[in-house]
Amino acid sequence: MRKNKQTGKGRQRKERIIRFFFFSVALTSITILTLIVVFLFWEGLPIFSKVSVYDFLFGRYWYPTDEPPDFGIFPLIVASLAVTAMSAVISIPLGVMTALYLAESASARLREWVKPIVELLAALPSVVIGFFGMVIVAPFLQEIFNIPTGLNLFNASLMLAFMSVPTICSISEDAIYSVPLELKEASLALGATQWETIARVILPASLSGISTAIILGMSRAIGETMVVLMIAGGAAQLPSSIFDPVRPMPASIAAEMAEAPFRSDHYYALFATGVVLFAFTLLFNLVSEHISNKYRQVGAATL
Amino acid sequence: MEHSLKIKIKNLDFYYGDFKALHDISLDIYSNQVTAFIGPSGCGKSTLLRCLNRMNDLIPISRVEGQILLDNKNINDPNVDVVTLRRNVGMVFQKPNPFPKTIFENVAYGLRVNGIKDKSYIANQVEKSLIQAAIWDEVKDRINDSALGLSGGQQQRLCIARALAIEPEVVLMDEPASALDPIATQKIEELIHQLKKSYTIIIVTHNMQQAARVSDITAFFYLGKLIEKDDTEMLFTKPKLQQTEDYITGRFG
Repeated sequence: MRKNKQTGKGRQRKERIIRFFFFSVALTSITILTLIVVFLFWEGLPIFSKVSVYDFLFGRYWYPTDEPPDFGIFPLIVASLAVTAMSAVISIPLGVMTALYLAESASARLREWVKPIVELLAALPSVVIGFFGMVIVAPFLQEIFNIPTGLNLFNASLMLAFMSVPTICSISEDAIYSVPLELKEASLALGATQWETIARVILPASLSGISTAIILGMSRAIGETMVVLMIAGGAAQLPSSIFDPVRPMPASIAAEMAEAPFRSDHYYALFATGVVLFAFTLLFNLVSEHISNKYRQVGAATL
Repeated sequence: MEHSLKIKIKNLDFYYGDFKALHDISLDIYSNQVTAFIGPSGCGKSTLLRCLNRMNDLIPISRVEGQILLDNKNINDPNVDVVTLRRNVGMVFQKPNPFPKTIFENVAYGLRVNGIKDKSYIANQVEKSLIQAAIWDEVKDRINDSALGLSGGQQQRLCIARALAIEPEVVLMDEPASALDPIATQKIEELIHQLKKSYTIIIVTHNMQQAARVSDITAFFYLGKLIEKDDTEMLFTKPKLQQTEDYITGRFG
């Protein structure tokens, strides 16, 4: 045991150095993230010296370049929520049912093929989806429903749904597939049909995973910029129908930031919009975290 | 007690893909008796058990030839509804597998999927089954707690109660005590003894003392073949075949 000599203290020091290295790396990313958040608030908060928080959040008019300007982002918030909610209405059934089919009904071979393809959909750059919505879906909608423009809330929701389906499907499928076979067998052995087994045992047992999948899919939708910028229509108005053009928060920020003079009120207002958007995505993540913790025990395996 | 022919297995072959897991099994099983399947791992005893409630249907590449008659009706007949079959032939698994639900809901599950809505009937049936499974006293005060909080032995008795709640005629038990400690095992064995008054019980076990203790008839399997079947006492004291004797005396297996 010649090596023993150099170990002891030497080895401990090496361990300490390695630990310190990883600690620094972790600290760096956290610090940078914190700085970004600080910067976001730093650049966003000054607008509230001009407009009250209430008027900013609930003001009905967004005319940042008028004289005098109106900084009410209520139409933008409503647009973001409407687009997200509608895309969820489309993507949740699509994603969860696809996941159920893949995990419970599809043959092993089909599953092997389809799942990577669904996941590949997530790799489509959002600008490509936006382009598709603009060039193919918009004229189609315009013609079918005889509406003035195909670039509207519905089209944007549809495209956002396509973007969140892979996330929802893939994560839900993992959750459903990981429900222990024993539970399924127990249910079938009691004379339950496959559908009863899915509805009463498999879905409840994988609820935590499915909820997480849905929230992650939705937070992808609410933060998505390029698609809504290209196809939501861009009108900062409260929509009265699903075929009205809207202007969600990320679209507004992306479209106007280049035009807004540095440290002008408009500039501050856009950053404050970013703060609001951040609050929403943070909320989504907290909810998802909460749900997955809350149902974790219930969804766990046997014994 | 009257013992009538309950299940008749005739020339049964079973395949997993190309692999023939059961060779020409013929076996009669009588009601109100405990029939034990013994044999070394991989001898096909669990496979045979799972043929009896068609649990093997879940394996896409499996194939059955020959007949299994339950009350004189072939259970593999295309006209037979597998759901109805499984309501008559209950099963308890090797590993306790309660649903992640409350104790009450676990037992009520079989009733609910059978379309029973009458709340007082369900409550009665749950209590009756839990009493039958000798676990009522331990759980009556926490019937609405999660079943996952029970010990392994309690979970297994809960699973037995769950199987009994829908009043099957036959209860299949696949090594029901193999994951349990000796005290829990003893409770399960006593329970099996009680249950045979009302049910036909078939139990797969690795534990030969257990087979000797709980069963009336024992069937010994080896490499997918039924080697010998006899009254338990005869089989364990005066086996007819050398192979059986070697196994029960622990010389191989």
